[in-house]
Amino acid sequence: MKKMRKVAIYGKGGIGKSTTTQNTVAGLATMGKKVMVVGCDPKADSTRLLLGGLAQKSVLDTLREEGEDVELDDIRKPGYGDTWCVESGGPEPGVGCAGRGIITSINMLENLGAYEESEALDYAFYDVLGDVVCGGFAMPIRDGKAEEIYIVVSGEMMAMYAANNICKGIMKYAQSGGVRLGGLICNSRNVDNEKEMIEELAKKIGTQMIYFVPRDNDVQRAEINRKTVIEWNPEVPQADAYRGLAKAIDDNEMFVIPKPLEIEELEQLLLDFGLMEVA
Amino acid sequence: MTKTKKMVQWNPTDIKEELLSKYPPKVARKRAKQIMINEASGGEVASAEIVANVRTIPGIITMRGCTYAGCKGVIMGPTRDIVNIVHGPVGCSFYAWLTRRNQTDAGPDGENYIPYCFTTDMQDQDIIFGGEKKLEAAIREAYDLFKPKGICIFATCPVGLIGDDIHAVARKMSAEYEDCNVFAFSCEGYKGVSQSAGHHIANNQVFTHLVGENTTPKEGDYKINLLGEYNIGGDGFEIDRILKKCGISNISTFSGNSTYDQFASAQHADLSCVMCHRSINYVADMLETKYGIPWIKVNFIGARSTAKSLRKIGEYFGDEALIKKINDVIAEEMPEVEAISAEVRTRTEGKTAMIFVGGSRAHHYQDLFAEMGMRTISAGYEFAHRDDYEGRAVIPSLKVDSDSRNIEELTVEADEKYYSPRKTDEEIAALEEAGFKFKEYDGLNKDMEDGSIIIDDLNQYEADKLVEIMKPDVFCAGIKEKYSIQKLGVPMKQLHSYDSGGPYAGFKGAVNFYHEMDRLVNSKVWSYMKAPWQENPELTATFVWE
Repeated sequence: MKKMRKVAIYGKGGIGKSTTTQNTVAGLATMGKKVMVVGCDPKADSTRLLLGGLAQKSVLDTLREEGEDVELDDIRKPGYGDTWCVESGGPEPGVGCAGRGIITSINMLENLGAYEESEALDYAFYDVLGDVVCGGFAMPIRDGKAEEIYIVVSGEMMAMYAANNICKGIMKYAQSGGVRLGGLICNSRNVDNEKEMIEELAKKIGTQMIYFVPRDNDVQRAEINRKTVIEWNPEVPQADAYRGLAKAIDDNEMFVIPKPLEIEELEQLLLDFGLMEVA
Repeated sequence: MTKTKKMVQWNPTDIKEELLSKYPPKVARKRAKQIMINEASGGEVASAEIVANVRTIPGIITMRGCTYAGCKGVIMGPTRDIVNIVHGPVGCSFYAWLTRRNQTDAGPDGENYIPYCFTTDMQDQDIIFGGEKKLEAAIREAYDLFKPKGICIFATCPVGLIGDDIHAVARKMSAEYEDCNVFAFSCEGYKGVSQSAGHHIANNQVFTHLVGENTTPKEGDYKINLLGEYNIGGDGFEIDRILKKCGISNISTFSGNSTYDQFASAQHADLSCVMCHRSINYVADMLETKYGIPWIKVNFIGARSTAKSLRKIGEYFGDEALIKKINDVIAEEMPEVEAISAEVRTRTEGKTAMIFVGGSRAHHYQDLFAEMGMRTISAGYEFAHRDDYEGRAVIPSLKVDSDSRNIEELTVEADEKYYSPRKTDEEIAALEEAGFKFKEYDGLNKDMEDGSIIIDDLNQYEADKLVEIMKPDVFCAGIKEKYSIQKLGVPMKQLHSYDSGGPYAGFKGAVNFYHEMDRLVNSKVWSYMKAPWQENPELTATFVWE
């Protein structure tokens, strides 16, 4: 049997990580792949589209309420295309330690055997909140939990800064463990020269732009219906885009230790592609 | 390898050099400023500057404790009728439970929570989701069980990291209870350079939330506060015995064998007597600014120091009857003490000691050793600031670094209603004219011999090295040093917890100390011990098939 691939999706907050992850997972599912999605965000909204809006009890809530006696089926729900959906969950904003929550919940999944061979998973996807702000949010890339990372980025400056920053986190753990960068996913915001700029950024970091996802309101239409695009309407062009991204990830063989840019280099890149005006 | 020299060949400069020789250059440069060869004896020359109250270099096994230890363990730990709840994982509370051997007398009310260990015992879930609710439940439980006058909350490191608002919880609970004062300390272990930061945090909160609360005047003559006395091994009991015998009323001790009401009534005293300068001098200052209570430095460690301190109190009040009473008490107590010290001295004269403890003890205990004819050849503090070494004269020139700024400094003004200067300016001037010294502390350095080695924030490596080179007859420090020193064959006395001994303060305490030191320096049992592997190979074995 083929080894399970463990994938983590990072990127700036609001860039579309959860949307991209779920749509891509839907694409992989239609390819016949068995996928588990682990949402690593205290808001617990990473699996909404796959579950059709079904509110799911998070790992941490279950753990808190059930105590020791937790079973795998208490914390994962079947979603679209025979996927497994898990939400790590976490504290309400402003209290406690969400990072610690992610560590605990991933350990819990491991202890419960969610990644065992008997589960016959082809993929485990971690959808991780925002920036790598602390050790907890780096958990999926530590200790070999995720082996390949994709960063969702757009041509907007702050998204690129965040992507570069995340690369620093990956570099740190890549040197001590096996985690590698699989590529940048450009989630288009219709910025000028966006595709070329992200391709150039990817090249400079030492990776590839694995896919360019065009901006399309069908994504929003599907979301209103609590569905991934592929489930909502498999015929629309955006469904093809996500199937294309799924295939690109499935075929990907380029896994690198990223070389994050210095801030000056990054700014120069933005200048060269005409986003920043020279003062 | 360095050639081993005999003690007689070592001069202080060589010793300092040897202590520093193994350090990387940058570390050595920094440590060199914390190791000084004393030349300030007798106070004739101004003391050279020593670096103190700065961060320990990571990797060095320091003797220091953490901020939480200073706040919960040192200052609030000895108070008997306040419930001290530690908010954090269980270890921080468990290992701070009774370990300082603060003694207490439950008194007629019988309220004594010192034997208890209260903690919220935070678990993984509490760290993730925040521990405020659990803390609130713990306060409720403690209140329902004991109905104490006060409940104090102590933050441990993880509480600061996850940002639990312990002060908000304390305010909420305090508002709910009419008869229980709940307040909290942000004394996370990492917060300061040493436990000194914890003392400051604790004292600030006590001053803010407790002092002045009881407005009913206290009965008694010659009312004093005893600040910086922690009743370890019963020291406070002995001091109280002597004060009582002299007719002096101790209104409040900060904080040995203390009660809620003592803190709340401290403003009724007419004089503050400061024992441990480091942990509490700022409280004495605040009491003076807010209520008009002058303060003096005292020392009840050592029989002669005790007599001197009593006379100083007598002189302050200036009452003939009191002065006579004090002299009578001294005349009554001293002969026995002196007889024992003279007898013990035949065996202890000329022996040497090293003291590395506290922010005052390394100074105070030298008086006791001197009474036995013992010399302190090296000493230093764990958590002192420069003024504790060089005297209060250097306070204006102290560098306020970011670590110090991190600890709140209270601004106190004269209380509109209760400020009342205990002495007029003329009376103070007259006393000073006659050589009486208010708020004066000259520091450790001036009382030590020239050529003695003074080391701030000593560490394990330097302690081992010092003992190896200088071979003292006794080494005084804390529990962390206890066994490593004994393994070097040198008697070791804990001056935090007194091992199982004490009291050592006052007259009876001095006698206890003479006997204890006599026993230690003249038996040296550890030097007769050899570890099994020093004589034989660790393991012997044969092949069974041979």
